[in-house]
Amino acid sequence: MQVNEYKPLIVAFCCNWCSYAGADLAGNNRLAYPADVKIIRVPCSCRVNPTFILRAFQRGADGVIICGCHPGDCHYTSGNYYTRRRMAALFSMLDFLGIEKERTRLEWVSAAEGAKFAATMNDFVQTVASLGENKRLEDLRCKK
Amino acid sequence: MQRVGVFVCWCGSNIAGTVDVKAVAEALKNEPGVVFSTDYQYMCSQAGQDMIINAVKEHNLTGIVVCSCSPRMHEATFRKTAAAAGLNPYMVEIANIREQCSWVHKDMALGTEKAIILGKAAVAKVNLNAPLTPGQSPVTKRALVIGGGIAGIQTALDIADAGFEVDIVEKKPTIGGKMAQLDKTFPTLDCAACILTPKMVDVAQNDKIRIFSYSEVAEVKGFVGNFDVTIKKNARYVKEDICTGCGACVEKCPMKKNPNEFNLGMDNRPAIYIPFAQAVPKVATIDPNACNMLKNGKCGVCARICTAGAIDYTQKDEYIEEKYGAIVVATGFNPISMDKFDEFAYNQSKDVITSLEFERLTNAAGPTAGHLERPSDGRSPKTIVFVQCVGSRCDACAEKGKEYCSKICCMYTAKHAMLVRDKYPETEVYVFYIDVRTPGKNFDEFYRRAVEEYGVKYVKGMVGKVVPEGDKLKVQASDLLANKQLHIDADLVVLAAAIEPDKSARPLATMLTASMDTNDFFTEAHPKLRPVESPTAGVFLSGACQGPKDIPETVSQASAAAAKVIGLLAKDKLTGNPCIAHSDELMCNGCSSCANVCPYGAITYEDKEFRMPDRTTKVRRVASVNPAVCQGCGACTVACPSGAMDLKGFANLQIMAEVDAICK
Amino acid sequence: MQKITREQLIAKASELLSNGTVSQVLGWGKGEFDYDVTPTLFSSAEELENGFVFNDFCGANFSKYLVSKAAKADGKLLVFLKPCDTYSFNQLLTEHRFDREKVYAVGIPCEGMADISKVKAISGDGIASINADGDNLVVTTLYEDAPITIATKDVLAERCINCKSKKHVAYDELMGEEGEVLASNRFDEVARLEAMTADERFAFWQNELSRCIRCNACRDACPACTCEKCVFDNPNSGVENKSPANEFEEKLFHIIRAYHVAGRCTDCGECSRVCPQNIPLHLLNRKFIKDINEFYGEYQAGEEVDSRAPLVNYTTEDLEPGEVFDRGDNNA
Repeated sequence: MQVNEYKPLIVAFCCNWCSYAGADLAGNNRLAYPADVKIIRVPCSCRVNPTFILRAFQRGADGVIICGCHPGDCHYTSGNYYTRRRMAALFSMLDFLGIEKERTRLEWVSAAEGAKFAATMNDFVQTVASLGENKRLEDLRCKK
Repeated sequence: MQRVGVFVCWCGSNIAGTVDVKAVAEALKNEPGVVFSTDYQYMCSQAGQDMIINAVKEHNLTGIVVCSCSPRMHEATFRKTAAAAGLNPYMVEIANIREQCSWVHKDMALGTEKAIILGKAAVAKVNLNAPLTPGQSPVTKRALVIGGGIAGIQTALDIADAGFEVDIVEKKPTIGGKMAQLDKTFPTLDCAACILTPKMVDVAQNDKIRIFSYSEVAEVKGFVGNFDVTIKKNARYVKEDICTGCGACVEKCPMKKNPNEFNLGMDNRPAIYIPFAQAVPKVATIDPNACNMLKNGKCGVCARICTAGAIDYTQKDEYIEEKYGAIVVATGFNPISMDKFDEFAYNQSKDVITSLEFERLTNAAGPTAGHLERPSDGRSPKTIVFVQCVGSRCDACAEKGKEYCSKICCMYTAKHAMLVRDKYPETEVYVFYIDVRTPGKNFDEFYRRAVEEYGVKYVKGMVGKVVPEGDKLKVQASDLLANKQLHIDADLVVLAAAIEPDKSARPLATMLTASMDTNDFFTEAHPKLRPVESPTAGVFLSGACQGPKDIPETVSQASAAAAKVIGLLAKDKLTGNPCIAHSDELMCNGCSSCANVCPYGAITYEDKEFRMPDRTTKVRRVASVNPAVCQGCGACTVACPSGAMDLKGFANLQIMAEVDAICK
Repeated sequence: MQKITREQLIAKASELLSNGTVSQVLGWGKGEFDYDVTPTLFSSAEELENGFVFNDFCGANFSKYLVSKAAKADGKLLVFLKPCDTYSFNQLLTEHRFDREKVYAVGIPCEGMADISKVKAISGDGIASINADGDNLVVTTLYEDAPITIATKDVLAERCINCKSKKHVAYDELMGEEGEVLASNRFDEVARLEAMTADERFAFWQNELSRCIRCNACRDACPACTCEKCVFDNPNSGVENKSPANEFEEKLFHIIRAYHVAGRCTDCGECSRVCPQNIPLHLLNRKFIKDINEFYGEYQAGEEVDSRAPLVNYTTEDLEPGEVFDRGDNNA
């Protein structure tokens, strides 16, 4: 392993019913993705407050991905529809402020899509890694 | 400050193979609040759990972090362990270092580093955990079964047998489902009607069971133990309680040429009909699209002939509201449409039929009274080709078929082939297959009998094309084992069409907030350990709505679902999920944003009097959450601008602590 | 020059006070300078005569004050509302923030308010007095001997240049003529920024937001920011923070603030009006409004009472966040 290789820090918010289960399925099937991805379990993607995303960036995350059930499949019926609107608005705003839009992503991953979960994470890590460190939104005060 | 104990599981070599568990335990010792940290081969074992219980006592732990497999696997286990140790069960957090770490990362150093970070996040969260006590709600001791096929029938009978009331909602005019259409059943070859119809009669006669036939579920509200369901009883224009099922109206009805659904359109029925002789309820139904009286007010023969006076042309759809404690989904399956499979000439020749149509053709109560005749000319076929996996295991053609195996086709095709050879030994029978799958008691023996005793010609390979030519069907196929092309002049081609969930399942799932997979099969709460429960509490799964199943499997699952329902209805009170939203009324603006997004209507508002710092009082509108109705999604917490709304167990501060722990 | 005069407003307020319709008047009160106008409660004709002002600097949106003042008033509270204020008025009603029965709203026409920083840019500092004279403002300063005459239209506030509506969407009584909803160019500046590269936008915002001193004036003036307790003041929110420790902090504050009012912001422009650092904060809100209009259909917060804000609503066919960037109007 190269010591100086840049490793992005990725925070993934996964809804308990679909995407977290999808991540578990990726594990069950031993579908590898980079260890840079750290998953936080939330009951539903609609639990993800934009504040959490900003907080992650502030504390040094290089990319934040939110994963939820496919539209129409939300365990709570409509949670992911709200997520979709909230994230569309937030991501567009971050882009408006000049923050690279590739650092944020919303993906729908079902409990059956272990392969999609792994593929999504591989792709996201690669995308964020190519951008390099998140300088624009990171809070230097909190970075060691 | 909490006193946190960290327990790192090896899961044999599942975790320890890629993660240095000792290093994880060691690293987490230094985290705030951690007073004890250890590792063990199998934390979920009795010995592992005892280790946790002892540590709680020895170190006066107030919080537990288990670094192990997914919380979806063992969170409940370790919560029970915590309770056994005298802790609040919600003082447990799981760091998922198996499914989301050791199993997906191959590098020991990276895996260990990540496991430590996941452990830190769990420690950070548990430091902010508070003991939670679940609320309790009463249970309506009555069950609803949606679907009256063999699955629904068995579930209803078992629940009723335990002494609880059950309602069956069936959208067809009769219960019985697909099994009522079958001829014989594999592998025993007993006749489907002979074993099904007595059960249908049992249902009709059971005073605990009500049947809502020709009905559907219109609306579902509420939650486990307390569902409010609106059932739409479609107008059948016949008074159910008066009709004796004598059938005089059916005989006299002048509008006789309507495709008979029960025989899959292979013969006709009148506008007023009883689907089959053993229908339950045995009550006539008027097809409003076929009845002259209903369409243009001209006829009225059935009303004149009915001595009981059961005909009522003015009948309207009726909505019935009922309360239930549990709901069982038994919506079953249908063969997929053959429209996209032009290569088999299904829409070009009447003599290309599906296996379910074949069942009707060989059924003594079917359109041919059980004589095997070609639908086109009534001749008895001399050469029959059965094609398996039509639309099943469709990898390349997923847009026209299904990727999954429909499971039942191998066995029923063997049955069909065997029965043909038994009754008409001079008939040549070919079966084309990808694989023959016969796991099941006496299944493989049955298939081998078809080949060895009955001389059915099994050919490994797929049929490429069926071309109607004269009165023959030219079948082009490949024999993969002999590596040659076959050309067979067949009289009848039978397609083992893939099966799919009934179309009513998807809207029903939305009403029930029950999850489905991409194929519209209902998802079970756990694929192995909770196979008959939906993740939505109080909703249970019976039969093929959950996945393709044969009759014995369906009946087992139906009884299992019934057992789960009985277990639920036997309780007087239900303990809820304590991870629900709650509003800090001092901060609440009363703006209704939260109520706007709540899918359960769990949020209401009340005017409350507050004492202000200047000793005056102020009345403000504030939100309050019904703990029995809230399911804990958290949509409201983000809609709330002031942050007054928070979610227990997934609080703002807890999630931010996790974010901080991961990012620091 | 406003079409309505101070005297007309005082007469109306005095009449409503004396006939018992209202017990108090929420109006613009005299501040230290002519351009410094403070929201003030008046209880009598004398108080009005002594302290009430109405000039080209009466931009303050009173809707927000109804949340705290209406509940405390003994009888009804008279409030004067410019057209843009009425949108906030409705939005607050939608959110059940004050009791409509406690308020008597008088709609007044508005010809646009002046921006003092634009005046100062022409006159220089040390303004001693400003008086309206027809379509001009006459400014005397400590440093210039002769009064400086400035055309009012040259110093109109940005939000008034891009006025979205001269129509009142709520009132009990209307003074003067009713206006119309206008076709405004208010999104042009947002579109100009959108057309920039991400780097250019970042530079723009870094320059603007780095001036923030976290005085909270934007929040305190905003009629959508009426929370009983703001998350930034709440130690349990996890984002409580007052000090502008570095450039990121301001962004976090302003992003969250804009997000919290997204779908609820009526684009009244108070945030930018009160910003002592002249940060164009309204652009953040307008970005959300523009996006919402484009993604989910035109929506004007406060146009109707009880309309459902776009972010607490959905359709099953909404576009995906990823598609937001594929819309072609964005070259970043």
